[in-house]
Amino acid sequence: MHNMTLAELSRHLEQGQFSSVELTQHFLNRIEQYDKALNSFISVTAEHALAQAKHADILIRQGKAHPLTGIPIAQKDIFCTEGIKTTCGSKMLDNFIAPYDATVVRKCQEAGLVMLGKTNMDEFAMGSSNENSYYGPVRNPWDLDRVPGGSSGGSSAAVAARLVPAATGTDTGGSIRQPAALCNLVGLKPTYGRISRYGMIAFASSLDQAGPMTRTAEDAALLLEVLSGFDERDSTSLQDPVPKFSQHLNDSLQGLRIGLPKEYFGAGLQPEIAKTLEVACKELEKLGAHIQEISLPRSGLAVSVYYVIAPAECSSNLSRFDGVRFGYRCENPKDLEDLYKRSRAEAFGLEVKQRIMTGTYALSAGYYDAFYGKAQKIRRLICEDYQNAFKEVDMILGPTTTSPAFKLGEKKNDPISMYLSDIYTIPTNLAGLPGISVPVGFVDNLPVGMQLTANYLQEARLLNVAHQYQKVSDWHLRTPNGYEK
Amino acid sequence: MGKWEVVIGLEVHAQLNTNSKIFSGSSTHYGSQPNTQVCTVDAGLPGVLPVLNEQVVYKAIRLGLGINANVALRSVFARKNYFYPDLPKGYQISQYEEPIVGKGHLDVVLEDGSVKRIGITRAHLEEDAGKSIHDGFHGVSGIDLNRAGTPLLEIVSEPDMCTAQEAVAYLKTLHTLVRYLDICDGNMQEGSFRCDANISVRREGEPLGTRAEIKNVNSFRFVERAINYEVDRQIEILENGGKIVQETRLYDAQKNETRSMRSKENADDYRYFPDPDLLPLMVTQKMIDAVKQDLPELPQQKSQRFIEEYQLSRYDASILISDQALAAYFESVVNDMPGQAKLATNWIMGDLSAALNKHGIEITQSPINPSRLAGLLTRISDNTISGKIAKQVFEIMWDDQRGADEIIEAQGLKQVTDTGAIAAIIDKVIIDNPGQVTEYRSGKDKLFGFFVGLVLKASQGKANPGQVNTLLKQKLDNPID
Repeated sequence: MHNMTLAELSRHLEQGQFSSVELTQHFLNRIEQYDKALNSFISVTAEHALAQAKHADILIRQGKAHPLTGIPIAQKDIFCTEGIKTTCGSKMLDNFIAPYDATVVRKCQEAGLVMLGKTNMDEFAMGSSNENSYYGPVRNPWDLDRVPGGSSGGSSAAVAARLVPAATGTDTGGSIRQPAALCNLVGLKPTYGRISRYGMIAFASSLDQAGPMTRTAEDAALLLEVLSGFDERDSTSLQDPVPKFSQHLNDSLQGLRIGLPKEYFGAGLQPEIAKTLEVACKELEKLGAHIQEISLPRSGLAVSVYYVIAPAECSSNLSRFDGVRFGYRCENPKDLEDLYKRSRAEAFGLEVKQRIMTGTYALSAGYYDAFYGKAQKIRRLICEDYQNAFKEVDMILGPTTTSPAFKLGEKKNDPISMYLSDIYTIPTNLAGLPGISVPVGFVDNLPVGMQLTANYLQEARLLNVAHQYQKVSDWHLRTPNGYEK
Repeated sequence: MGKWEVVIGLEVHAQLNTNSKIFSGSSTHYGSQPNTQVCTVDAGLPGVLPVLNEQVVYKAIRLGLGINANVALRSVFARKNYFYPDLPKGYQISQYEEPIVGKGHLDVVLEDGSVKRIGITRAHLEEDAGKSIHDGFHGVSGIDLNRAGTPLLEIVSEPDMCTAQEAVAYLKTLHTLVRYLDICDGNMQEGSFRCDANISVRREGEPLGTRAEIKNVNSFRFVERAINYEVDRQIEILENGGKIVQETRLYDAQKNETRSMRSKENADDYRYFPDPDLLPLMVTQKMIDAVKQDLPELPQQKSQRFIEEYQLSRYDASILISDQALAAYFESVVNDMPGQAKLATNWIMGDLSAALNKHGIEITQSPINPSRLAGLLTRISDNTISGKIAKQVFEIMWDDQRGADEIIEAQGLKQVTDTGAIAAIIDKVIIDNPGQVTEYRSGKDKLFGFFVGLVLKASQGKANPGQVNTLLKQKLDNPID
């Protein structure tokens, strides 16, 4: 059962080959069996899941089910869940039980999806390796000594190890696409505003976007249909109609113009990854696509811009964690200032503190123009680069990461190198464009990803290309050793 | 050295009278049990997002039109970052570089009837914080978030005022305007209309002095006192060779003094930046035009009309229009007795206002409605009763339902205008007071008033005073015998 895609599971549930309760129990057993080593879940909500599954079975029997009703899913622990602990990977929220559901969680419930639990993540989604979690690092099922990527590393590890058929992630600078690439998954970051941010604990509000993490593009399309849509509770959510992504999967690629940004293939990219992309391009050409070189001249500035804007927004977003109304509070504060200082000093991890301090500095009187103001200007130029590129091509193709999964601890003391691991994914967030990472091969027996970026609201086209590629490739069918049975 | 000059600018926080908060659906009702009007958004829980209440935009546009200002077609919400327990998110959502209302002005009528134009720099939308409660808890503070997220419009004046009286006149004019516009209930006790004053002094002709900001002065009287206190304090320091520190000071109404809250040196750096959770606020010309169509007659227009239509003085008009209900009352009285606007004004601003104040009630609750008052005043103007008798009738009317005519009839208060009857009383007074008559006739003119008093008293106030004067003069000056 655990090797089936969402589409297959849906069919089997509908035909009664197994029940949602059986399916749910099967995955709960796998979590029990494998997750001690992987540490991909912060909370497993077995009881809640089985109750949802039971209800799903009734709906399926009555013929009132949504196509995904009864299928298990995991939520990144950044989404608030009513009555269930939501930690955001932080000691700060180790005691936090939200009194409401995030829109993403509510939509999944309405579609009848069964939530198995909440997945591990870098604290407040800050990180690219999942080593910044209060609940300990997550391990990559392809090699337990390596990181699964981050910040949605719990979701990527869990789906890759077949502990759950699909999971949600969030992506501020690559946090869906990078772990998807490192774990051999499809990870989609939609257009900014496509999925409601309500109830998703904010890291950098102008960049944060939720999305699906699955094994196939078809599954990503099915889940994206559930997650997308305007939400009156999120002023930045888009009112545009949501297409049936799954109905465009088999559109022809004849005449599709794909651009390769020359800046993405220079030094810094592991040559073996460049080679896998070359092979993939040949496949896409066979499908009718036309490949050409393009330029994103200012993409090299993206990481610097990102590390001003994201920390600036986070320094403000994380001010509410003050020990006053919820979350961690230090013991016996002697006065208000002591309460603030110790609560925050004791409950935030190192990376979070670093970013709060960087961001506070960037917004300070006298520095605002030089840092935040300038970063916003360059951000607009980066958007312009993309729009110029989209005059020539329909889609941009490049690597998702510079290298396959690195070892735990390898970059922990080298923040610059860690930050550069998102060099190809960050520009998309700055521009608010949709991007997808698709399994494209293996380097040293470790999976690597191909990133496709399209213009605003073109998720259907991205999924279409990814699906067509998956029809002629089998990388996504590979399962990490030890997790097949 | 030149004379001291005072420079005053005011920042008013007007609480917009919407039913729900600026970024959430919680009620803004005042005076509920602590923390009963707080939703996840107001409490700043993780993951929540603000959604702008459309009503506040329309109210801000109304103010913009009311002060002849440009309403910005694009304005931006920004975060003002600071830590305080009654500020749940650790930042206040406000407007900073791009406010919704730009430069405007207000024409203020001063007590001498002159008009002064006070510039308004800007007005911007923001959310209120909650309240910290320090009394009644042992060693800790209580936090009430009912007020957190209540919509405020901060209206910032230019430093155009030179005296406490001018500042109060501006404040009252603005207070009147926001109530006409129906954007703020103006209740100062409940904090719906709050004022911070920026004050500095300088020698005539010199550049602006260092200013102090006086926080939270919550009545017109306190504004006047606080400014006067602060001006004296600053002048005293400067005259003794000292320097004014730029700082925020709190007015203590009980001690009538201002004292330092925090100085600028350790002021917070608020790290303003555009709030990424809210898109720029776009207003269309169509919205502005629709609001314009919907505006009532504004205080200034009403005042001008009163001056022209009823020949009122600018000052009287400014008092009458200060409250919409009062103006409506006045117009209703005048409608019932055309041509008697001055009499109506005097009575409404005099006896009626005094009685309302004494009983602590509003004009809308007045036991004497406009038509009853007009009934009474008509009897003054047609000489049925004197002004003095009218005061008696007024008092009776306050306590019962009868009209003036009914009371005058029942109590026999009708003025005596019968010359024969008045002459008879005068004759009796002359006979009863031979000594004073002699003195008067030998040149002690002052005694005339004494005789008038006796005659009116003898008539129980009903004799028409004009007739009494004429007849008495005749009889005293021209003795028949």
